[in-house]
Amino acid sequence: MSRPAMTTVSTSPYLHDTATTPKIMWEVVFSLLPMVAAAWYFFGLGAFMVVFFSTMGSMLTEFFFTSGDRWKAVRDGSGLITGILLGLCLPPGFPLWMAFMGGVVAIGMGKVIWGGLGQNVFNPALVGRAFLQAAFPTAITTWSPPDGGWFSLNSGNAAWPFMQADHVDAISTATPLSQMKFEHVFAPTSDLFLGNIPGSLGETSSVLLLLAGIYLLVRKIINWRIPVSILTTVAVMSAIFWWIDPKVYPSPDFMLFSGGLLLGTFYMATDLVTSPITPKGLWWYGFGIGFFVVLIRLWGGLPEGVMYAILLMNAATPLINKFTRIKPYGYR
Amino acid sequence: MTADFKISTFKHGVHPEEFKHLTDSRLIEQMPFVDEYVLPLGQHIGAPSIPIVRKGQKVRRGEKIADPGGFVSVALHSPVDGIVKAIELAETNTGQMVQSIRIQADPYSSQIFVPHPPTPYEDLSIDEFIRSVQQSGLVGLGGAAFPAHVKFKIPQGKTCKYIMLNGCECEPFLTSDHRTMVEKPDDVIHGIRILQHFVKAEKVFIGIEDNKPDAIKVLREKASSSGLPIEVVSLKVKYPQGAEKMLITAILNKEVPSGKLPLDVETLVSNVSSIAALSEWFQTGKPLIDRVVTVTGNAIRQPSNLRVPIGTSMNEVIRYCGGLLTQNIRLLLGGPMMGLVQRSTTIPVVKGTSGMLFIEEEKIADMDAYSCIRCGRCVDACPMFLNPSALGMLAKKALWEDMEENHVMDCFECGSCSFVCPSHIPLVQSFRVAKGILKKRKASELSKA
Repeated sequence: MSRPAMTTVSTSPYLHDTATTPKIMWEVVFSLLPMVAAAWYFFGLGAFMVVFFSTMGSMLTEFFFTSGDRWKAVRDGSGLITGILLGLCLPPGFPLWMAFMGGVVAIGMGKVIWGGLGQNVFNPALVGRAFLQAAFPTAITTWSPPDGGWFSLNSGNAAWPFMQADHVDAISTATPLSQMKFEHVFAPTSDLFLGNIPGSLGETSSVLLLLAGIYLLVRKIINWRIPVSILTTVAVMSAIFWWIDPKVYPSPDFMLFSGGLLLGTFYMATDLVTSPITPKGLWWYGFGIGFFVVLIRLWGGLPEGVMYAILLMNAATPLINKFTRIKPYGYR
Repeated sequence: MTADFKISTFKHGVHPEEFKHLTDSRLIEQMPFVDEYVLPLGQHIGAPSIPIVRKGQKVRRGEKIADPGGFVSVALHSPVDGIVKAIELAETNTGQMVQSIRIQADPYSSQIFVPHPPTPYEDLSIDEFIRSVQQSGLVGLGGAAFPAHVKFKIPQGKTCKYIMLNGCECEPFLTSDHRTMVEKPDDVIHGIRILQHFVKAEKVFIGIEDNKPDAIKVLREKASSSGLPIEVVSLKVKYPQGAEKMLITAILNKEVPSGKLPLDVETLVSNVSSIAALSEWFQTGKPLIDRVVTVTGNAIRQPSNLRVPIGTSMNEVIRYCGGLLTQNIRLLLGGPMMGLVQRSTTIPVVKGTSGMLFIEEEKIADMDAYSCIRCGRCVDACPMFLNPSALGMLAKKALWEDMEENHVMDCFECGSCSFVCPSHIPLVQSFRVAKGILKKRKASELSKA
């Protein structure tokens, strides 16, 4: 009998679970596609182009600025999530070059600069969104209403870089949240639920977001503690104020289904990299986000607070991990 | 009895694919005798045995060839009638060269073992019983090979309320305990009777995972007619349930405090096959000269459960099982989760060899490693409730002291974290390194002081 070749030696375990980081990331990407399709359906081709350009910005930045294996970084799918998510939290008439810039900043400043996948403190998509909000405050608050036509392009989309966008024929309307904030007018929950409202691309249809969220929960890609604690905190806090004065403060269902809360809850707050890892830490994190969302929405200078709430709690995550250590077996 | 329907388990853990179908219905076969046997003197945890035979001396099957080298040590016996050829260094499963007794089998011997039972256990005092077990060469057959008599000796001031037999066999692929329980249930029950005679526990649990319904059924039947306080507990299939601490938590819902032993929660845990071997010793006087080994994997022609004489070369076992399907294999001793990889097949089967797993090299995926994405799957898998993600980051920076602060020493290296990690980070592998370095440091500090 010839001697078997046993040249490579490593240590156990030799079995491995089937889940891999790229598989997890790609599954999130696929779960986002219905939202992209819905954005296209509600807002036309322009909406899809916004998502496409922000994704291109993300992917190209990932490719050109990653040190080490570029193709591996592009293939793992995490940059794709960032690009799509960023696109989904932009308004439909957003200039495409700005969307592209947002993608560049999201990956460049939100991820690559920290050391790439897994190293960033802040959710990259929200870093990109925060940059766009600071750089182009007018464009990012110009909401066009949902209008028919699969191939309708919004004139805002085609604006040239560093030129003032031509908003003459763009009908700017108020989102339900700004109506709530500045006029105390509350949109009916049924409209919020189906998505027939002005707003960012992916924020409009609560039904789709809930379905996608449930899918991610069932597949155990996101941790259930985060959505449960965020949504409970928002519901309870807003219920208290609604009970105090329903004319000034919105109802809990309005708070839950308007704006970017569901998108933020299921896709951004649950970002594995930037959320805590300990079970107790996840509860605190979710509670913090819910708290800041209600705080900013009801009393802050902006109509929407999900982005800053998540970014704030991202910053607190290392500290939360530190103070919510798990008690090991045998110490209890 | 409501207990019959109770399904218990511990918290966390993982569920790897089982692969037990390869051998779980195959009867235990006797491995034929071969020409030569190599018996390392240090097959167990503790001091190596001391040889009492000379080169050229004739030995009988079952004859003692080495004395225990201390209290935490056991005797060693010849697996065959034959001649001592040499006492020399030989390679063994740890990769080290170890003093070993080489015995050439007598080709004309019938190799029939003539029973000569030791003093009946009923007539022994507890100390005589412990000594008798030590002389039988019995060690824990689950894989760790800890001398059995040391466990059976309850120290002064400690009480033992429960005896727990470990029939989980939670490692994928392995079926040797399973087959032993199904084929030798009377030995298991009789072993309990012997141990119970000395320990006098309130209750005896046999913990078996519910993927072995035949073993659960037959042992329940035998237990109910035995007159002993035995409860067969059906456990939900989960890895690493066969770890002592996890088994205790699964059955008693109690935690063993860090750094303590099962006896600190009044429990004695033993592998089922060891108990069957204990019964064999007192019934026939046959010491531990063979053991059941699961030979399995996708690279061996005929996966089998074999009763292999200790000291048989693994090459002979491969030959008996029809040879390898490919030369490009990896041999693991034990299961795939905690097994030891081997660089050679020219090593003997020893007392701790519960399984020989031959995996085709290509089937071991060449896995791309990614950064930690802090998904927390390892945190949810760790049965010790450690934070492998944080430990892994510390290991990358060689911050061993910080790892100790994060309880890396409580890790018993089950590998659940590495199993689930989607980024393929070598978590448990780096913890082993850290534990080794920390242990070495502690030892050198002690020697300085």
